[in-house]
Amino acid sequence: MNSWIDAVLVLITLTSLVLLGASRLGTTIRMVALQGVLLSPLPLLLAGDAGITLRAAGLAVATVLIKGIGFPWLMDRAVRGGSLRRELDPRLGYNASLLAGVLLLAVAFLLSSRLPLPPGEGTPLVLPAALFNILAGMFVIASRRQAITQVLGYLVLENGIYVFGVGIASHQPLLVELGILLDVFAAVFVMGIVIFHMGRELDHIDTGRMTLLNDWEKE
Amino acid sequence: MSGYAGLLAALVLAPLLPGVINRTKSFFAGRRGPPLLQPYFDLAKLLRKGAVYSTTTTWLFRAGPVVGLAAMLVAAALAPFGGVSAPLAFAGDFLFFAGLLGVARFATMLAALDTGSSFEGMGASREAQFAALAEPAFLLGLTAVAWKTGGLSLSGMLGANSFATWSGAAAPLALVCVSLLVVFLAENARIPVDDPNTHLELTMIHEVMVLDHGGPDLALIQYAAALKLWVLGSLVVGIALPVRSLAHGWAFAASVAGMLGLCVIVGVVESCLARLRLTRVPQLLLGAGVLSLLALFIGLK
Repeated sequence: MNSWIDAVLVLITLTSLVLLGASRLGTTIRMVALQGVLLSPLPLLLAGDAGITLRAAGLAVATVLIKGIGFPWLMDRAVRGGSLRRELDPRLGYNASLLAGVLLLAVAFLLSSRLPLPPGEGTPLVLPAALFNILAGMFVIASRRQAITQVLGYLVLENGIYVFGVGIASHQPLLVELGILLDVFAAVFVMGIVIFHMGRELDHIDTGRMTLLNDWEKE
Repeated sequence: MSGYAGLLAALVLAPLLPGVINRTKSFFAGRRGPPLLQPYFDLAKLLRKGAVYSTTTTWLFRAGPVVGLAAMLVAAALAPFGGVSAPLAFAGDFLFFAGLLGVARFATMLAALDTGSSFEGMGASREAQFAALAEPAFLLGLTAVAWKTGGLSLSGMLGANSFATWSGAAAPLALVCVSLLVVFLAENARIPVDDPNTHLELTMIHEVMVLDHGGPDLALIQYAAALKLWVLGSLVVGIALPVRSLAHGWAFAASVAGMLGLCVIVGVVESCLARLRLTRVPQLLLGAGVLSLLALFIGLK
């Protein structure tokens, strides 16, 4: 059981690393989709002694539907609708991003060694994987120019929080987790629509060039 | 069966590996392909020829193939095979192993630069760059294995590698396997890093460095390349297949089968993948290093 959880967590970590080093927008979207699908068995695997409950199964299905299919579809639609460049244009090169990822990985493992888990909760890899995803998501948001990559970074960050939630607080009510999923869904839905229209109106979604968006005339 | 059987197998069977790779590639291309023993025939043919040396070259050019083969022979004595210790084993010998690969590369590069050909200089420069990136992946990966198995020598690491080790640490060992496979492909100048069949000097890496060698020198280089394929491959196979739990004869047979399987995998990779753009190769090797480091982190946890 434990080795399966570890395998899933390692795969999730690898998708984040690929995302850091990938140069194509399509690849990054596919990685986020893969990550969403990989997240789904976690509630079932981490259910522990209680066995597979209806609650865990529901959460797994909702995760696949929203994170594995819904979000990537929204992102894909935004890419197709607007006139986006397929190549990403990060502030930091891909190799430098990958090296930064290694640094974040080290930080995640170091931090998690300082944070003892409550006994009987999760496996030793849950914490570093969750922390790394959160850090990698923040890094993607900070280092990429295009609005759509920043949304993808937000999704990676949220996936990290999801791993943390499922792994550590496996007893929180279903309603809370579904509520969080719904919130994220609404946020990404809005962001997808915003990006879609931004791409149409402005011919680019480079946030670095949006400093001149003002409602009022300059004096 | 002692470790000398493994060394003997390396010396005798090594040229078979390129033959298996070429046969796999021709199967994928729908050709009949050269016979499996073609590398042996090539070696025999080259050894019967005389050598021609350019007047601009010095003793460095003649020393290159000899030093390269000598380093590979020592490396072969270090690499355990078939679940038994290698003839030569001491604590920290994996650093020596990496050093031997470096010495062989250095000698080849000096010989290439000695010819004064600009193409060979370019090849040497690329070889140095990619090797510098492959080495951290190799050493970090072996460090992770050393941590998990508690062995400080190659024989100790792979000798302690059993089914129990795998069930306890499947994730880091699998990561190291993938990382070492990439290093294996890069060090042996195979696709996706280098194309051994290319005939365009501009894009060659390893092949271009040995363009001026001929006759017995080329035979030594080809034999050393086959040995390198065997030695690095035996490390990958040794980690992937914990054969120690089997009886000696079976462990040996399983390891030989593993080596042939690895060559088939290389052939499939070469048939299905295109070569990477030169600027993308560092990213691949960096990725292998990241995998090794991740394995090390998980192992330390």
